[in-house]
Amino acid sequence: MLKIENVSKSFGALIAVNDVSFNLGDTGISGLIGPNGSGKTTLFHLITGFYKLDTGNIHFLDQRINGLPPHIISRKGIVRTFQQTRVLPFLSSLDNLITAAPNQLGENLLPLFFQPSKVALQETQNCEKAESILETLGLLKLKDSPAGDLSYGQQKLLEIGRVLMADPKLIILDEPTAGINPTLIRHLVTILENLRDQSIKIFLIEHNMPLVTELCDKIFVMDSGSLIFSGTPSEVQNNSRVIEAYLGRMADAADA
Amino acid sequence: MLLTLEDITAGYGQAPVLSDITLHVESGEIICIIGPNGAGKSTVLRTIAGQLIPSRGTITFKGENISTMSIARRGAKGLVFIPQGMNIFPNLTIVENLEISGTLLEDKHDLNRNIRKVLEKYPVLLKKRNSFARELSGGERQILALSRSILLKPDLVLLDEPSLGLAPIIVDMIFDQIVEIGKSGSSVLLVEQNARKGLSISHRGYVLELGKNRLTGTGQELLESDEVRQLYLGG
Repeated sequence: MLKIENVSKSFGALIAVNDVSFNLGDTGISGLIGPNGSGKTTLFHLITGFYKLDTGNIHFLDQRINGLPPHIISRKGIVRTFQQTRVLPFLSSLDNLITAAPNQLGENLLPLFFQPSKVALQETQNCEKAESILETLGLLKLKDSPAGDLSYGQQKLLEIGRVLMADPKLIILDEPTAGINPTLIRHLVTILENLRDQSIKIFLIEHNMPLVTELCDKIFVMDSGSLIFSGTPSEVQNNSRVIEAYLGRMADAADA
Repeated sequence: MLLTLEDITAGYGQAPVLSDITLHVESGEIICIIGPNGAGKSTVLRTIAGQLIPSRGTITFKGENISTMSIARRGAKGLVFIPQGMNIFPNLTIVENLEISGTLLEDKHDLNRNIRKVLEKYPVLLKKRNSFARELSGGERQILALSRSILLKPDLVLLDEPSLGLAPIIVDMIFDQIVEIGKSGSSVLLVEQNARKGLSISHRGYVLELGKNRLTGTGQELLESDEVRQLYLGG
């Protein structure tokens, strides 16, 4: 699926990502954890083409993707969300989702003239899909509100909705539950587990450790730009380096 | 009573986000507001801070009606607001960030000593005291933001999701720091999605839903309430 080889990235004197290598393999849901400033988001930017790597290679489905621009990587099936939400603020919530649907016939000139009914049918289907996603995320009553009027948490949910519209093969989520109310988090867990059952792969950064432990099949741990550990949730929770760098008292609480 | 909100209605356009919100904070209390996304929690803080003027209702702070008072005058009266993100000066050093906070104090006599005390208490800040704040990690930024408010010894600190996006080890530090702010004599009104953690350090809590008061009780009562557990803590 996704293979990362000796990837490094520096900003001036700061080495944000330092010679990181790993392979997601067939893992359904993988997690990336580590202290604030350890390079997790930078790594996600490198995978999705938002930053250029200094050295190394990234392969997706046996194709080299480093050097490709973000929109091409997205069309290859890697779709992401951002920590700071990036919705289209002046479009309605519904339109925000509809624009995320890939391969829209209506975006080309010829089908508009020669297959108008097909274009209309696809539009209707996209619209129905968008409404059902909004309903799942508890945003249906806000479908006509400009996305910029939604609260931070609601915008985060809308971003996840945009990802669901895009028929992804690999979903990359940067802190999907930060700012989301706990009941909705349970809901998100169900959504993500359903995606896994449809063999869509998920790779997420998350600080909510109970959630990471419950959801992830494999966890990668970064500290100061380097990958310091990877393993199953229980291996990670019992690793002294991870406890020291990241978990702190959380680990004690989990033992109790 | 330090702060009272009576029947506050406020919003950003035609539709009100808050309708008839009532709550109060007493001296020395830590109060936590929880509720689903879009419940109006952040809007409550913005209204108290003065970023938003209520269309109805009264806000009383230290016995004075502040409903239409300017943000600056509310600040001078002892009200500090720490918003989500963007709560430090990224292009100033850590020491400068603390000093600039101190310029708001009327009595600057102990400022340098107090800055030193803060730095000694938080080694992460001491180590990087001459670095630009933009170089701090998310957790360190939040510690700096809280420290800036400690220097002012305010009567009330409004805190919007202090644990957002922080590593577990840092979340513990932040909550310890909030408890300390409470012990040092300031009251705290806190909005948290991390409801369990928020309520566990709070004297009382308020549950908001769709811009209205839904429930209130002591932190412990809310944590143990079946309704809260089902609706907001996720079982």
